[in-house]
Amino acid sequence: MSSRSGFDALGLRNRRAIPLGAVPTESIDGFRETVVGAVAAGWRLVAFFGSPEDAERTRLLAILADDARGELGATSTFVHDRYPALTPDCPSAHAFEREIAEQCALLPEGHPWLKPLRRHLPDHRPVRRSEVVLDPDVYPFFRVEGEEVHEVAVGPVHASIIEPGHFRFQAHGEQVLFLEIMLGYQHRGVERLLETANPARAMLVAESIAGDTVIGHAGAHCGAIEALARSRKTPHAQAIRGIALELERMANHVGDLGAMSGDVAFQPAAAFFGRMRGECLNLLMTLSGNRFGRGLARPGGVAFDLPPTMRSEMRGRVERLRDELEPVAALLFDSASVQARLEGVGAVSPKQCLEFGFVGPVARACEVTRDVRQDHPYGIVRFAHIPVATAWAGDAHARALVRWHEVRRSLAFVLEQLAALPAGAPRASCGALHPAELVVAMQEGWRGEIAHVVLTNDQGAIRRHKVIDPSFHNWTAVALAVPGNQISDFPLCNKSFNLSYAGHDL
Amino acid sequence: MEIVTNTIFSIFGVPAPLSPVVALVAVLCFAPVMPGAANKTKSFLTGRRGAPVLQLYFDLWKLVRKGMVYSRTTTWVFRAAPVVVLASLIAALLFLPLDGRSAPAHFTGDLVAFAALLALGRFALVLAGLDTGSSFEGMGASREVTVATFAEPALFLCLIALVLATGELTLSGMLGAPLATAWPHAAASLTLVGLSLFVLLLAENSRVPVDDPATHLELTMIHEVIVLDHSGPELALILYGSALKLALFGALVVCLFVPRPTVAPAAAIAILLVGLVLVAVAVGIVESVMARLRMTRIPQLLVGAASLATLGIILLLR
Repeated sequence: MSSRSGFDALGLRNRRAIPLGAVPTESIDGFRETVVGAVAAGWRLVAFFGSPEDAERTRLLAILADDARGELGATSTFVHDRYPALTPDCPSAHAFEREIAEQCALLPEGHPWLKPLRRHLPDHRPVRRSEVVLDPDVYPFFRVEGEEVHEVAVGPVHASIIEPGHFRFQAHGEQVLFLEIMLGYQHRGVERLLETANPARAMLVAESIAGDTVIGHAGAHCGAIEALARSRKTPHAQAIRGIALELERMANHVGDLGAMSGDVAFQPAAAFFGRMRGECLNLLMTLSGNRFGRGLARPGGVAFDLPPTMRSEMRGRVERLRDELEPVAALLFDSASVQARLEGVGAVSPKQCLEFGFVGPVARACEVTRDVRQDHPYGIVRFAHIPVATAWAGDAHARALVRWHEVRRSLAFVLEQLAALPAGAPRASCGALHPAELVVAMQEGWRGEIAHVVLTNDQGAIRRHKVIDPSFHNWTAVALAVPGNQISDFPLCNKSFNLSYAGHDL
Repeated sequence: MEIVTNTIFSIFGVPAPLSPVVALVAVLCFAPVMPGAANKTKSFLTGRRGAPVLQLYFDLWKLVRKGMVYSRTTTWVFRAAPVVVLASLIAALLFLPLDGRSAPAHFTGDLVAFAALLALGRFALVLAGLDTGSSFEGMGASREVTVATFAEPALFLCLIALVLATGELTLSGMLGAPLATAWPHAAASLTLVGLSLFVLLLAENSRVPVDDPATHLELTMIHEVIVLDHSGPELALILYGSALKLALFGALVVCLFVPRPTVAPAAAIAILLVGLVLVAVAVGIVESVMARLRMTRIPQLLVGAASLATLGIILLLR
C-alpha cells in the first residue's frame, strides 16, 4: 500500500498540520486506484472534496483514516471538468461525489445516483468555468410503479419544531418500499463563509453550523486553527473543552431518549428525560453563559475559566443528575411495551455501515467500534479515556442503548474531570496561521465524527475550509434503514438517528 | 313545555319523569371534562403540572369564534362530516339509560341501531378525510377503518353477552333495572364484558395503546390525522364529538358496572358523572404506564377484547 503513492506516509494525524506540498498529486487513474485500494484495505474515507487550483483546474483531495492505528492519509489529483467516479467501486464516496459535482461543477462520470445534494449553484468552481453540472431546480425522484403503490410526501414543513427536509415514501399499504430524502433547505454557504470571514466571525459561523453541536464544531474548528498556528492549549483548557463536549453529548442523548419515549407515547420517560436535558443545558449555561455552549471554545483555549467554587457546585449538580437519570433509564429499558416498539425498527447492518462509512452511535449500535475519542485521540481524551459503548443489533433499541451508555460514561468523565482539573491558564495565544499547509481536525461530537479540513494559501490565509458533519455520512443510513419498516414507525426510526439538517446542508 | 315533553315521552313510551333527559343534558355538558381529566392524570403521574381540566371548554370557545379554511379539493362531504359525526353520537346517546332507569328512546333491537349510528359517524369522518385528497388523511382513513373492522365485532359480542345475561333486547333494558338482577348470577361474564368495553373505549377514542392523542407526528396518527384539515367551528364540533364519544363509551362502562335502578334520579346522575371521571382517570393511568402498540399489533389487542366478550358469552351459555 505505502509503495503505491505514499499517501499514508505523510505523518498526518488528527490536528497535526503538514505542508500542502507533501500531499501526493497523482494522475486521476492513480488517485482512483489509491483511494479505492485503501478503502478496500480497511481505510475509511473521512473527506473527499474539491478545491479550485487555478483558473481552470480543480484539485480533488481525499482524506483517509486508519482507525486501528490512529493514522490519517491524504492524496490528491487535478481535474478539469470531469473524471471517472469513484462511487461504483467505493460506495462511501457517493455523497462526497454528489457534493463535488454540485460545489465544483465537476462531472463524476458513471456515478449511479447523480442528483443534487443541497440544490445550490456551484460555489467552489475555478473562476474561468461557468457551467453547472447539476441543475439545482431539477430533482428526479425515484418512483415505484404499480396499482397498489402509493406515494407519501412529508415536509419540508413538519408538524413539530424540527428543521426542514423533504421525505418521499413509496409505500405499499403500511409498508415502506423506498424512501428518498431531499435536503438542502438549510444551505447557508457555511464553507464559503468560513473561508472569507475574518477569524472572529468565522468562529461564530463555526459555532452555528449545527445549533445542537456548538461545542463539537467549535472544538474541531479551533483544533484546526490551533494546529495551523502551532498554538498549544494548556491541559486546563483541554479539560474544560472536554467537559463541555461531554455535557453537550449528555444533553442531546438525554433529550433524544426522551423524544424517542415521546414518539412511542411512553409519557413518564418523555417527561423526565425532557426535564433532565434541561439540567444538562443548565450545566453548560453555568460553564459558558449560554445553554448551548456558545462563546466557550476559542482558538488557544476557552474564553471562560472554571473557578473551584463553580467546579464543586457543578459536581453536586452532576451527581444529582446521575442519581435521577438511572431510575428513568431503568424504567424506559425495562418496559416491555417500549422494547416491543424499539426492537427491530430501522436496523442498519454492519456491512452497510462499513460500506457507506457511517459514524457515531449509528455505527457503534451495529458493533462497528468507531469513535474519534478512541481512534484519533486529541486534547484531554488522550489522558482520560472514555470507553467506547457498542451494541450489536443495529436497530432503534441498540441506538438508544448506545446513547444511554454514552451518557453514563460522559457523566463519569465529567465528574472525574471536575474533581481533578489540571491547573493552568484558560487560554494560550494563537497567532498567525502557517502558510501552505493542510490540517485535519476531527472531534467526536454527540452525533459522531466531525471533521474540519483546512488548507492555507502561501500568505497564510484560509484557502479552503471543508466541514463534514456526521449527518453528512449518516443520512444515507436513514434512507437504507427505513424500507421494509412500517410507515408509522418512520418518525421513531428517524428520531433514533436524529440527524442534523443544518449540519448536512451547511 | 310540559305538554311537548310529555308528548315526546308518550311517543317513545317513556314514563313521565324527566330524569332521562336531564341525564342526557348532564352528559352533553359534562363530556369535555373527560379528556381534560385524562390529561390531568397523565400530567400528574409524569411529574408535570399539565393543562387545566376544563381546557377543552376554553378550546371550544376559542374555535367557535374563528373562521374556517377549506382546501380547494374538498366538497360538501367534508363540510357535512362534523355535523353528521355529532348528530350520530347524540342520537346514539339517546339509547343509553343514563339515569340508571331507562333511555330517552328505545325499541326492540335498538342495540343494532346504536352500533350503526357509531359506524355512521365514523363513515362520515373517513369520507371527509378521503375528500381532502391528502395522502396523510387517506392513510389515516385506512387505519381508522382497519381498527373499526376489529372493534365493531367486539362491540357486538359485548352486547350479545348483555342480551344473554339480562334477556333484554334494548340497551335501555339491558343496562337498566334487569342488569342489577343479572349481576349476582352473571358476575364473571359481566366483568369480562366490562373489561372488553374498556379496551374498546381506548381503541374507539384513539387513546394509548392504540393511538396517541398527544402526538404531532402525522405518519403515526390514526384518528387525529383525518381531522387535520378541519378548522374553526367545524373543528370545535369534531373535538366536542370526540369528547362525547369518550363519554358515551365511559357511560357504557359505568352503566355496566354500577346499575342504579333504585337510587334517586339525581343521585344516579351524580354517580354517573363521578364514574365518568373515574373512567377518564383510568385512561390517564393506562397512558402513563405503557407505550403505544406497534400499528400491526392493534388487531391483536382488539381480537383479545373480542375474546374476552366471547368468554363472557360462553360462561352464560353453560
